[in-house]
Amino acid sequence: MEWDALLLSRLQFAFTIGFHIIFPAFTIGLASFLAVLEGLWLFTKQPLFKNLYLFWVKIFALSFGMGVVSGVVMSYQFGTNWSLFSAITGSVIGPLLAYEVLTAFFLEASFLGIMLFGWKRVGPGLHFFSTCMVAIGTLISAFWILAANSWMQTPQGWAWADDGTMIATNFVEVIFNPSLPSRFVHMVLAAYLTTAMVVAGASAFALLKKRALSESRTALRMAVLMMALVTPIQILAGHESGIVAGHHQPAKVAALEGWWTTRTQQPTVLIGWPDEEAETNYFELAIPGFGSTVNNAGPDDVLPGLDQFAEQDRPPVWITFWAFRIMVGMGLVMLTLGLWGAAAWALKRLDAATWYHRTLVLAAPSGFVAVLTGWITAEVGRQPYVVYGVLRTADAVSPVSAASVATSLLFFIVVYAIVFSAGALYILRLMGKGPESDEPPPQSKQPPGTPLGAAIEEAP
Amino acid sequence: MVFGTELSMIWAILIAVAVFLYVALDGFDLGVGILFPFAKDARERDQMQAAIAPVWDGNETWLVLGGGGLFAAFPKAYAALMPALYAPIILMLLALIFRGVAFEFRHHGRGLGAKWWTIAFSAGSIVAAIAQGLVLGGFIQGVTLEGGQFAGGAFDWLTPFSLLVAASLVIGYALLGATWLVFKTQGELFERARTWVKQLALFTALAMGAVSLATLGVDPRVTERWGLTMTSVDWPTFIQLAPLPLLAAAICYLLWRGADKRRHFAPYLFAVSLFLIGYLGLAVSLWPYIVPFAMTPADAAAADNALSLMLWGAAPMLPIILGYTAYVYWIFRAKVSDDAAYH
Ligand code: HDD
Ligand code: HEM
Ligand code: HEM
Repeated sequence: MEWDALLLSRLQFAFTIGFHIIFPAFTIGLASFLAVLEGLWLFTKQPLFKNLYLFWVKIFALSFGMGVVSGVVMSYQFGTNWSLFSAITGSVIGPLLAYEVLTAFFLEASFLGIMLFGWKRVGPGLHFFSTCMVAIGTLISAFWILAANSWMQTPQGWAWADDGTMIATNFVEVIFNPSLPSRFVHMVLAAYLTTAMVVAGASAFALLKKRALSESRTALRMAVLMMALVTPIQILAGHESGIVAGHHQPAKVAALEGWWTTRTQQPTVLIGWPDEEAETNYFELAIPGFGSTVNNAGPDDVLPGLDQFAEQDRPPVWITFWAFRIMVGMGLVMLTLGLWGAAAWALKRLDAATWYHRTLVLAAPSGFVAVLTGWITAEVGRQPYVVYGVLRTADAVSPVSAASVATSLLFFIVVYAIVFSAGALYILRLMGKGPESDEPPPQSKQPPGTPLGAAIEEAP
Repeated sequence: MVFGTELSMIWAILIAVAVFLYVALDGFDLGVGILFPFAKDARERDQMQAAIAPVWDGNETWLVLGGGGLFAAFPKAYAALMPALYAPIILMLLALIFRGVAFEFRHHGRGLGAKWWTIAFSAGSIVAAIAQGLVLGGFIQGVTLEGGQFAGGAFDWLTPFSLLVAASLVIGYALLGATWLVFKTQGELFERARTWVKQLALFTALAMGAVSLATLGVDPRVTERWGLTMTSVDWPTFIQLAPLPLLAAAICYLLWRGADKRRHFAPYLFAVSLFLIGYLGLAVSLWPYIVPFAMTPADAAAADNALSLMLWGAAPMLPIILGYTAYVYWIFRAKVSDDAAYH
């Protein structure tokens, strides 16, 4: 491996987008959650919804700000680090990104101002409208950027122009390319689940600390409902993504499944240690034949393994394989927690289920982990291509020096470390405090004078 | 191809407008950050920030449209310029991170943290302005290309000329920021902002003069455009263009007077007109290049079907965007008061 501008640019892109995606994954879901909360408040007039709104909107403001600044970085990196990619694909995916700015970014950014600062200045109807606009903006944004990304994964509707660049022959085909539908559904549900896990974790924490009880109980129920209903759909959507990838990117599927040989009745490798030199998995634990079943193949259908692909056309197997397993593992965690919560709810024990609450606090970051590893599966699995089967990553990089990229990468790491740890600290602090509540503060059952009684009285 | 040329021209103008709107809008945000160190106390800084907090994100989005639009409409220009200006672009992005998050973080930090984010806000604004000046300077000088791709050194952009442009842009943004504060604040801060405007009007006039003269020296084609050569002046050409600098001088005076007469909104408008004149002067100098002296819009344009698809989107969307942007500004039209923040 050589530390040239190519490798450094890949690291820089992976690092910056990996940071960026953390925030959209949370804000797409949170914006919709806020819209629902505000709608419920306007509709039921129950103050607890307002309290929840005013609590989560602060966390939203912090996350959204970080999403915006890290996103602006992304939009310039296509040019600074992937100038050949930009020059070659600009006529095809450029319009998609332009539409994202025109239809989504302005909408979000402008109505965000009203959402955050207009509480006392505009009527409740207009304020609700602004929250909805921000929520819709995040979804439109996801649509366009995923259309661009999906086209890079499964390109169609394009042709070579005389000057060696790509042109679109049919923009409808470019936008609605084969992997867009499953990827859009999978990503939006991922964002909703990520938010649900955070909301569940924070509400469970407040319940454990006996703060803002009515607010936290309601928020917990909303999150559990989301988990229980959406995780199964998400697993189906992920399955569908896998089927689509199997059609269009068989090397990726071979890598994420850990299949080295082409055969019928492929196994499902539960765990193992893929070795790219030896072309085998060590310590493999597998269910024979089940892999073909999961991939909708009959018992006599041959499914390609990595031996079908020349070595220079294979993605990095180890990363793809493990990223995929972590994502699926997180999905199973969410499924379990959703069912556990639904059962506790049905038994009317949701509010007192202390162990459940503790587990939720622990599982709060699971959505972020799944989103990151999911993207790593999709992006690393499509290597060595930027535009699958057409343009190699090595042919897309800018003619800049390795020293320039090394320096900028170092700066990105330092700056992101400072900015995002501060942001995480402030968000966690807010979550630790929990929402404001109209209910009377908890009465001490301990007689005054005991240490516990004093602690309760001192608590804010 | 006639139609193709027209399309690329339309897009060149649209992107130029987006960049100008960015400068006129985010310019005042950055300017307020640049003026932060001159505020009297923390309360005054809070007011300064409250004067821009609801709108900065929308303002910065014009930068995303400028960059994204360049990628989409002129991919070859984008691919040529961005690597050439690598360091200042990255510097700008890093600086914008600091000033962007500081809007929220200033209110969440405690003690040292709050102080640090106040400094980060101001330093981020100053460095972003410097970096944008370096980008502009590097752009005007032109970049070394081979077969349409950047082929120069990592520090080609660093010249006395680009440093001069950077210093001037900091002054210019500070002027925009000061006029915005005149518009949005009251009491003591309003008075202080008026003095800033008066001082900065003078500095801006000097800076614009210096940059204009220096730009003449960048390339013989620019000098010729203005009807000047080393030894002689082509009066008819020069006289056609002379109104621009004269107008600029007049506006500097009006700006000073507006602040002196305690006008509220007029100074900002004058400051923006000043930028507009500088911008037009630059356009005259560089016409018809989108990468100076190397690529015209037609050379760098994306395929026709991409440009027309985007035009179909931009034609309805830009008026809508301008409409709701104006509406948001209207909602927050009042002068800031102490309880402006939602925190
Ligand atoms: C519209 C384009 C686009 C989108 C939405 C994404 N990516 Fe990507 N990604 C690229 C366009 C791209 C790229 C420009 O095409 C890269 C740079 C080098 C490469 O091969 O592809 C890339 C590389 C790349 C790599 C490095 C892979 C390697 O070089 O081995 C990682 C880990 C990610 N991306 C991760 C992500 C994540 C976490 C995303 C979630 C938002 C994401 N990508 C969305
Ligand atoms: C390489 C790809 C990407 C680029 C170039 C990019 C670019 C950007 C930019 C420039 C912004 C800031 C917009 C503003 O000023 O308001 C932004 C924010 C945002 N991006 Fe991305 N983005 C990328 C990937 C993604 C993906 C994959 C998603 C989601 C599926 C996404 C969703 C969002 C959302 C919802 C926002 C709004 C801010 C936030 O929620 O924090 N982006 N992005
Ligand atoms: C448990 C069952 C799951 C399966 C079988 C599954 C399957 C997949 C597959 C095959 C891909 C790659 C798609 C491609 O490259 O075209 C993928 C990507 C992804 N997954 Fe999953 N997934 C599951 C659960 C989850 C969960 C729970 C989340 C998040 C909460 C998640 C988030 C993502 C994301 C963000 C991507 C990248 C975007 C995309 O390509 O769709 N996945 N998933």
